Amino acid sequence: MGSQVHGTQEFNKSKRAEIKFSEEAMAIVKGIVSHYPEGKQKSALLPVLHVAQAEFGGWLSPEVMDYVAEVLKIKPIEVFEVASFYTMYNLKPVGKCVLEVCQTSSCWLNGAEDIVKYIEKKLNIKVGETTKDGMFTLKTAECLGSCGTAPMLQCGASYHENLTYAKVDTILETYKAEGKLRSYTDLDYKNTL
Amino acid sequence: MGRKLLIHNDKVPNIHTLEVYRAHGGYASVEKALKTMTPDQVTDEVKKSGLRGRGGAGFPTGLKWSFLAKPEGVPRYLVCNADESEPGTFKDRYLMEHIPHALIEGMITSSYALGAKTSYIYIRGEYFYVARIVENAIREAYAAGLLGENILGTNFSHDCYVQVGGGAYICGEETALLESLEGKRGNPRIKPPFPAVAGLWGCPTVVNNVETIAAVCPIVNMGGDEYAKIGVGKSTGTKLISASGHINKPGVYEIELGITVEDFIYSEEYCGGIRNGKKLKAVVAGGSSVPILPAELILKTAKGEPRLMTYESLSDGGFQTGTMLGSGGFIAMDEDTSIVKNLFTFARFYHHESCGQCSPCREGTGWMEKILKKFLNGTANESDVELLWDIQSKIEGKTICPLGEAAAWPVAAAIRHFKQEFLDIAKSKKFIDVSHYNRLNKITA
Repeated sequence: MGSQVHGTQEFNKSKRAEIKFSEEAMAIVKGIVSHYPEGKQKSALLPVLHVAQAEFGGWLSPEVMDYVAEVLKIKPIEVFEVASFYTMYNLKPVGKCVLEVCQTSSCWLNGAEDIVKYIEKKLNIKVGETTKDGMFTLKTAECLGSCGTAPMLQCGASYHENLTYAKVDTILETYKAEGKLRSYTDLDYKNTL
Repeated sequence: MGRKLLIHNDKVPNIHTLEVYRAHGGYASVEKALKTMTPDQVTDEVKKSGLRGRGGAGFPTGLKWSFLAKPEGVPRYLVCNADESEPGTFKDRYLMEHIPHALIEGMITSSYALGAKTSYIYIRGEYFYVARIVENAIREAYAAGLLGENILGTNFSHDCYVQVGGGAYICGEETALLESLEGKRGNPRIKPPFPAVAGLWGCPTVVNNVETIAAVCPIVNMGGDEYAKIGVGKSTGTKLISASGHINKPGVYEIELGITVEDFIYSEEYCGGIRNGKKLKAVVAGGSSVPILPAELILKTAKGEPRLMTYESLSDGGFQTGTMLGSGGFIAMDEDTSIVKNLFTFARFYHHESCGQCSPCREGTGWMEKILKKFLNGTANESDVELLWDIQSKIEGKTICPLGEAAAWPVAAAIRHFKQEFLDIAKSKKFIDVSHYNRLNKITA
């Protein structure tokens, strides 16, 4: 897969050679593939891309997608067409914590716009941008199924609900103090934060 | 108090564990079905129950099951649609998060009826932590001999797996879901063939919503006839309603189909009325795609009869004066709410979520969002209302899947019932969001 396919990112052969799942991640990938009949391993693509995104810095570089294609024995373009379709896959580098603020109806009715503005001011970034220290990326999201506990934001696997400005402060402080990459695949989700 | 069949034990400590779930009567339907009934008898009970698909379309479940092709030597699949993404809907998440075994029990019992050796639960990717909970429950079920080879010592063997999605509303459409489950983009398929004939990997497949599958358990336990006694007419049984918006007690409620809308909104048992003593302005009763209704039409039909929480009563009057039960995503809005702005959030949603396959939807949703943005910027003209109406009318019925309709209906209904709001903004060239302070109160608390 080259930049002509991927669009925004260059394909780097030496980077590609270094990419390999850890033993732990590979075991998870093999487990996922085992859920499907022989020859239907392509079905594992969406969950495996989540594992890859968590494993390789929070986004899917052309090299990572090429590697996933090799692991699943499918064509690189089959990986890219899926990765570019679904919103949860990042095709550009992002901060360690991606904050996704839901903005659809019930969340809007309960102040999502003000939460977005508050975070923008606090982190000194606009929606779509990443803080200079690479800690936070701010995004808006479409309905995340948390309408009864609006407004809310998602960060990795965690759902932060019934947001207030004070709660947002706590969330940002906690994640910053931890300083670690937050992924959808995290087991230590912090819904109660 | 209404009867509850699905989430009656939701407050029991550790009900998410197999031990506690079984201690409260869990997996009785698996015992009963596998040991005392034939697969066809299970299907018959579901038919008798009158259960209708709880994902939104309301199609009779027993009938859907009876369409399943059963060619010799070809595997059949049950796929659970847990891609809950319809704005205003969060009931499936609640059920899976709190009582995951209710879903797994339903998966086993339903798979037995359908003769499916393998089933998949497709959970939207954003619900990753919920998928973990369901996976843990599946592991417990395997360890207890409720999944795997020769379940409970019978000849029935079954494997159940979870797959997470990647973030796409469209994958709630069953053929898009199957594409996604096959590791592809979520582009809906042209029907026919229907999944019952050619579904997952081309094999006969039944796709059912989480709540539908969970409802099979009480139906088998109590019998289809008993289940059908709950409710009104063709709206049988109980339904999970996700209540949100400007109500005092947002959350998931299990109702007996047939209670009045008024009771649902104002009684303490359910939503507890409108917040801050405000008046009700409008309701989206069944998820973002169903027509919005002004307060007077949601509480009473055009004929002046009390509106009931049933498939039939909510759709009484057609789209002129009625709406739909849909997924049960119930969003209530108070008197300060801007219908235009709320509609903008829906339009933005559908534009974002259109898969891009069909031009009327791909282009139309974008145009609707752009025009509504003009209203919010105060740059819209009166003719833009007509333009908006024209665009939505050219999407409906012209797309492969119902996302086109889902995007068009809310626009049509907002103009039908609240045209003056659009015209006022266009005339004054100003959009003032009076609900702003109300919202700010909540988040600065």
